[in-house]
Amino acid sequence: MWQILRQITRTGIATEAPPRPDDAVLAEARNIQDELLAILGQALTIREVDAGSCNGCELEIHALNNPYYNIEGLGIKFVASPRHADMLLVTGPVSRHMAEALRRTYEATPEPRLVVAVGDCGCDGGIFGESYASCGRVANVIPVDVTVPGCPPPPIAILRGILQAVKRQPAVARGQRR
Amino acid sequence: MKRLADLPLDLQRLSAPLPVWHGVVDRGGWNALAHHAHTHGRLVALWGKHRSVAGAPSACLAVGTPQGLVWAELPLEDPQVTYPDLTSHFASAARMQRAMADLSGLHADTAPDPRPWLDHGLWGDGAPPLVPGAAAPAVPPGTLPADYPFVRVEGDGVHEIAVGPVHAGIIEPGHFRFSVVGEKVLRLEQHLGYKHKGIERRFTELPPLQAHRLAGRVSGDSTVAYAWAYCMALESACDAQVPDRAEWLRALMLERERVANHLGDLGALGNDAALTFGLAQFSRLREDWQRLSGEVFGHRFMMDAVVPGGVAGDLSMPERDALRHQCDAVERDVMRLRQIFDEHAGLQDRFMTTGRVTPELAAQLGLTGMAGRASGQAHDLRCDHGWQPYRRLRTTIATQTAGDVAARVAVRFDEMFESLRLIRELCSGMPAGAVACPIAMPAGEASGIGWVEGWRGEVLVALHLGDNGRVARCHCHDPSWQNWPVLEHAVIGNIVPDFPLINKSFNLSYAGHDL
Repeated sequence: MWQILRQITRTGIATEAPPRPDDAVLAEARNIQDELLAILGQALTIREVDAGSCNGCELEIHALNNPYYNIEGLGIKFVASPRHADMLLVTGPVSRHMAEALRRTYEATPEPRLVVAVGDCGCDGGIFGESYASCGRVANVIPVDVTVPGCPPPPIAILRGILQAVKRQPAVARGQRR
Repeated sequence: MKRLADLPLDLQRLSAPLPVWHGVVDRGGWNALAHHAHTHGRLVALWGKHRSVAGAPSACLAVGTPQGLVWAELPLEDPQVTYPDLTSHFASAARMQRAMADLSGLHADTAPDPRPWLDHGLWGDGAPPLVPGAAAPAVPPGTLPADYPFVRVEGDGVHEIAVGPVHAGIIEPGHFRFSVVGEKVLRLEQHLGYKHKGIERRFTELPPLQAHRLAGRVSGDSTVAYAWAYCMALESACDAQVPDRAEWLRALMLERERVANHLGDLGALGNDAALTFGLAQFSRLREDWQRLSGEVFGHRFMMDAVVPGGVAGDLSMPERDALRHQCDAVERDVMRLRQIFDEHAGLQDRFMTTGRVTPELAAQLGLTGMAGRASGQAHDLRCDHGWQPYRRLRTTIATQTAGDVAARVAVRFDEMFESLRLIRELCSGMPAGAVACPIAMPAGEASGIGWVEGWRGEVLVALHLGDNGRVARCHCHDPSWQNWPVLEHAVIGNIVPDFPLINKSFNLSYAGHDL
């Protein structure tokens, strides 16, 4: 235990300031964490769905949980079931074998729900495109609110995409969604 | 010991950094090679190949022997002709044969398990997808995946737990069917193929000099290994001589990829045994590591940094120093963390004897790569066939014999320290010169193979270029093919809550397997 405590104090606090969201999107925002709490009343819960990625995007989403990005410190948490989730974070070109599973996961997520497509493949099919085995972009299978390009996008870009989607949440709550 | 030369085979050595032989065989030669590899080697990969729309197909077999890799092709007069079954020699051949039937429509003469493997019934009723000119899918929208007939375990109190394809964590999709009594696992059966997105057919649509980008996205955590293997295959087919400096830079990246993955896994393994401190510490080190990769190689995973003919960019002196210093810093922290892991009674209680694969079982089932080395299977291409620069650096193999989670953790620690040493040596001894050479595409048909020891195990890419300068066939093989079936054995008798820990200790690829 002594060694563990020593290593913890030696490491110090590694967490960095959260990213400044795109000005156009969050010009009025002062404090991301306060706003998140104000919008959601509590916190944001995310269900991650890998619909056919190369696993690169998953590694970067994992990185959001490391001490540098400390996503839980922002009130954002990854949950085990879509029934507990406010948002789906979807990666990959959607393989034909995963399309039905993705649809069912979407249906199982309570409304108002948000969908963020992560990575070039999720945005437009990426290098895999559409084929006998790939449905291409996520929007070909379920409605998408925000896309985050990159192969894979770095953690900070994914975080920015999540915050962008959250900014749309009040409109969703007022029933103005398409 | 019988040598390759004693076999009734007509083999040609290919121009490749590692010893690779290629030959066309008849059924007798196919069986003789399989028998030889059964006693003196191992099955590496198995796939089907159609040379052209009109041409007859062939079944391809790659085996690893002490003298190197042997790639044998058995021509089949037409797709209805079967090839000799290999499951009696290699347990791991079973799923590869099922995949070959799904993708290429070629069948073994006896099929112990006739169920489809990668095909979930959504590709339409046309020709198999890897047959040239195969028709577009014709399944009507709304068609559901076919039911998969899992093996039922019956008895008093036996019940099933179905998991996936969407898993609870941030993990790749696949289905696990557990048959349990109480909390004890009687049987695990996997159903994979959910991520199949047609990579091997996609290869035939890309120019050969750009397809390394696709190879680098077969499995994101092994992007350097796959890109290197693809480039090695292409350079072998085109008879290109890659400059020394490029090979050293590739090895440097491959070792950095190994360290990144081991750092991630060690943290996750601590976390799965409830030591979140381990996850925080190792994920911090991993982030430092990836950030420097981003600065030096232009990408946090070094994607697209290995290119045909060499590497995409050179390394400056200050960058080399930064890489070396980072090795020192990470080594210091990891040594402290290893001591904490070793002395943590709660952690060791979860690690030891959990998910055990004895060396005998590992040999019988063909367990390979890092997990194989934790069960006494002492194979590592960097040591066995030490291609440059590994031969010069004299890589030390890391092995354990306990075959449990603790052994797979120990192998990761040992390999990481060895990789850190290699990175420092690669930085200090790097030869001067060009970092890439031009590639001249061959006039006619040509073949090549790439064989690289990735962090998970041996990655193989077999490439066949057609006479039109296009990729006629490119087969990628991940060591997960061998190891997924062994995981089914490793969990027998363990408790259900230990499955995530055991699974993580293997950390097999879904994407690399499903393709």
